[in-house]
Amino acid sequence: MMSTEVITAMKTRTIARHFRESLKSLGRNSWMTIASISAVTVTLLLVGVFATIMMNLNKVASDLENDVEIRVLIEIIPDEAEAKLAEDQLVDEIHNLPDVEEVTYSSKEEELSKLIKDFGDELSLFEQNNPLYNVLYVKAVDPLKTAEVAKKIESFESTYEVKYGEGKVEKLFNFLEIARNVGLVLILGLLFTAMFLISNTIRITITARRDEIEIMKLVGATNSFVRIPFVLEGMWLGIIGSIIPITAVTIAYYNIYELLAPRLKGELFQLLEVAPLMLQVNGLILFIGMFIGIWGSFMSVRKFLKV
Amino acid sequence: MIQMNNVVKKYPNGVVAANGITVQIKKGEFVYVVGPSGAGKSTFIKLMYREEKPTSGDVVINGINLRTLKNNRVPHLRRQLGVVFQDFKLLPRLTVYENVAFAMEVIEEQPKVIRKRVMEVLELVGLKHKVRMLPNELSGGEQQRVAIARSIVNRPKVMIADEPTGNLDPETSWEIMNIFEEINRQGTTIVMATHNREIVNTVRRRVIAIEGGMIVRDEYGGDYGYEN
Ligand SMILES: Nc1ncnc2c1ncn2[C@@H]1O[C@H](COP(=O)(O)OP(=O)(O)OP(=O)(O)O)[C@@H](O)[C@H]1O
Ligand SMILES: [Mg+2]
Repeated sequence: MMSTEVITAMKTRTIARHFRESLKSLGRNSWMTIASISAVTVTLLLVGVFATIMMNLNKVASDLENDVEIRVLIEIIPDEAEAKLAEDQLVDEIHNLPDVEEVTYSSKEEELSKLIKDFGDELSLFEQNNPLYNVLYVKAVDPLKTAEVAKKIESFESTYEVKYGEGKVEKLFNFLEIARNVGLVLILGLLFTAMFLISNTIRITITARRDEIEIMKLVGATNSFVRIPFVLEGMWLGIIGSIIPITAVTIAYYNIYELLAPRLKGELFQLLEVAPLMLQVNGLILFIGMFIGIWGSFMSVRKFLKV
Repeated sequence: MIQMNNVVKKYPNGVVAANGITVQIKKGEFVYVVGPSGAGKSTFIKLMYREEKPTSGDVVINGINLRTLKNNRVPHLRRQLGVVFQDFKLLPRLTVYENVAFAMEVIEEQPKVIRKRVMEVLELVGLKHKVRMLPNELSGGEQQRVAIARSIVNRPKVMIADEPTGNLDPETSWEIMNIFEEINRQGTTIVMATHNREIVNTVRRRVIAIEGGMIVRDEYGGDYGYEN
């Protein structure tokens, strides 16, 4: 009981010491500190902007995806009974395909009234001689499967024509993927640069304090006792480097949202709301900042203190 | 207390600085390690606090076998040893008090205990009235006394010194020697590599002479045996 208390007290005191030491050392090599923080800042700024854009693009995509339907025009068969049979068979066939979520039937009369509603009464003269087809609306379980499902439907006998998204969907997905990859490569490169700079800062700190470390080890300091202040120092570099990105990204997104959100009212897609998105993005920025800080210093300490 | 068994130390560059050393030092002994420059005295000392690992053979300190000692247990060994060097190795930015207290902070002693014990050892080395000074405000002898205070502050069972008087004038060397004797009287084992002929010949103790990495003489109450 008594001894546990003593141990806890010692740990708190030691942790306080490590924090003090790590902060002192930031001030001591101010030049390298500034260089590392700048590198982290630039990196995290890009991470933040990129994450915000990607998450919104994803939102737009999924908003649009919900709108992606396959329109299957049904081949016209003169005999009414045969036509009915063929339509039922087609519905069954489509239902039996994998990845199909929903099949809705819409007769050519219904199609026409939709058109009249959209484009006006002039079209009502077609009511006597309707040139349209009966239609099946098909939705894939996964919007990415839309093209695949459409292709299969095309091969069915009673299918006259299959239409969907007109290539827009695929283009959007392709674009998303390319943007994601380019962004990731860019950010990975920057992350490494930032980590490299942080390792260097820590290395300089360590070199400057070699004598101190030597004495610490001579009088029996454990490795972690020697190491922790440096790792904390790296963590500070990461945290301080995330301040500007967090502020800038939040303010920028807030303004963009205020500007665009009213205009997008009633449109097919919407932007993500400020509060939850910025919480996530800022969390990500802070996490990555701390991660590269801690990891960067850990690597250089490890190389240096092979005790 | 200290035991070496057929210890060989071959440095990566091929120099064999210890070539089959077997020796035993008992608790409370005072041992001089003498020999010409490059003989392997510092290597002998470094093997004891695991600055260097033996290439073969066993080094056992206080029952701890340094050949099998895991890296993460080295601090445990070092806490039982006090080490003193020719160049003092004080931290220039810290005061006398802080330099000594540093050794206790590192092993996470309580502040109350630290304050009391640091003042105690500074009194022993006669520097109680200079606690607030920085190392560069002290004479060489005073700096070495701070280093000694630091090395004994954690009550090591063994004290190891590599030419502790190497940078000091004869009179100051004697002051340091007197402190060592006092520490030894209190029961601490002392192993001291030295070139100081006068001290070895005056305060007669066990003398271990090393040449070419081998013990060529081991004599209680022996003399220095070399011309300076
Ligand atoms: N780290 C090292 N790497 C390679 N060779 C070394 C190393 N340390 C010492 N040596 C060599 O080992 C031999 C013994 O060196 P050591 O320092 O033990 O001698 P010494 O007796 O302490 O000498 P001195 O009286 O000059 O201090 C020397 O030839 C030296 O060059
Ligand atoms: Mg030497």
